[in-house]
Amino acid sequence: MARTSRTARPMAEIIPGPDKIPVELIVNDVRKRLTLAPWTTLLDALRDHLDLTGTKKGCDHGQCGACTVLVDGRRVNSCLILAVMKDGARITTIEGLATNGAVHPLQQAFIDHDAFQCGYCTPGQICSAVGLLAEGKARTADEIRELMSGNICRCGAYPNIVAAIQQAMGES
Amino acid sequence: MINFQYAKANDVADAVRQIAADPAAKFIAGGTNLIDLMKEDVERPTRLIDISRLPLGKVEETADGGLRIGALVPNSDLAYHPLLASAILAGASQQLRNMASTGGNLLQRTRCHYFYDVATPCNKRDPGSGCSAINGLNRMHAILGTSDDCIATHPSDMCVALAALEAKVRVTGPAGDRIIAFADFHRLPGNTPQYDTNLRHDEIVTAVELPTRGFATNYTYIKIRDRLSYAFALVSVAATLELEGKSIKEVRLALGGVAHKPWRDQTVEAELRGQTASRTVFARAADMLLRDAKGFAHNGFKIELARRCVIRALTQAALGTPQSQSSKKIR
Repeated sequence: MARTSRTARPMAEIIPGPDKIPVELIVNDVRKRLTLAPWTTLLDALRDHLDLTGTKKGCDHGQCGACTVLVDGRRVNSCLILAVMKDGARITTIEGLATNGAVHPLQQAFIDHDAFQCGYCTPGQICSAVGLLAEGKARTADEIRELMSGNICRCGAYPNIVAAIQQAMGES
Repeated sequence: MINFQYAKANDVADAVRQIAADPAAKFIAGGTNLIDLMKEDVERPTRLIDISRLPLGKVEETADGGLRIGALVPNSDLAYHPLLASAILAGASQQLRNMASTGGNLLQRTRCHYFYDVATPCNKRDPGSGCSAINGLNRMHAILGTSDDCIATHPSDMCVALAALEAKVRVTGPAGDRIIAFADFHRLPGNTPQYDTNLRHDEIVTAVELPTRGFATNYTYIKIRDRLSYAFALVSVAATLELEGKSIKEVRLALGGVAHKPWRDQTVEAELRGQTASRTVFARAADMLLRDAKGFAHNGFKIELARRCVIRALTQAALGTPQSQSSKKIR
């Protein structure tokens, strides 16, 4: 039998330096200046430093899509991005989708089609769907399903999510 | 995740200088695999060198009519090539494809669940500690080119297509540029599974080059997995053909999910050249390709699965009916 591995790896070894790093993010059209440790993810920066808790932490490993936001218009998993690497970028979160108090057509479509149950995955689903509409690649239900496969819904609201996206697609 | 220092690279030469100066440093671009491995405490770089703003984000035509894909071109922007686009769309999710870079796709770790689980021995993570997979839960693991030290698989779909297309990898190191043939880029585990590729620590991937030969008509990428989307391959096959009537003029065949690297067997391709495309010929090729395959307790099914997948892929390629990556029906 092989020897046991290094089971207890020290989780927070102290590496000397660096000082926190200044970062500027344009979040939902508002310029935000932050000073962050380099290991701060974009997700943690949004939730813990900017109090934008609409973006959810699900798996924290890029497998569930709950943390999906738009960076410079493209949908990404904010849990796998270091905030310091996005200096100067435009970030759109679920809090930034409504305009003049009116919900985004996709938000309305999710309400119309009851496209959620517990709602935890919903901000990520909607941000992902905003990205999907902007990409313009999905036309059929099959293509919507495939291109939304990075967003898991454990309540299983998938049929209603597809219907909501189809509604918004028809309006856009 | 351990604490680390962070530095930006100003240009390719600066990136090479910085990485050469620090054996514990790593490059970061898309971060989709590296950040994940750092969160699990599997990768523990004490310095990250950010290369994401280097000018390597272009797709250009080369002098001989091929394509040069900059190492930082996101996976989602690579719908330039029929086979490559199909393989890319079979992999990951749109969010990850938006983040993941071309160079990073090549350099994602060859891995398995035990590699991720720091509570278990793993020769790839801790050389000499032993392999937990060989006598463990090895359903996802390799059947070709394995060693007594490692049976992990390379999870990329894109790289399977690049292997079939005979791409070239352009790298820069302290001594200048060199070009690595795709077949020589990734390596088999042998008794040093801690090394996934033949890229040296002080080298950076700057581009992936595709030759002119595009196989735009007779190609397919088939991926079999436990769920229909967003899962690693149990077996995948990239197949391309050039036909004269029914006679096979040129053929390429690469497999994913079966080995430590994208698997290509040129003796099988040589055997197919000049033959008439038929199920019998394809079945013989599949048998030959899998002649040395070795299953473990839970992945023996992959041998027959791969055999059928090769036959199906060559059939689809011959008919010019590539697999759809959105409608999942396999015909």
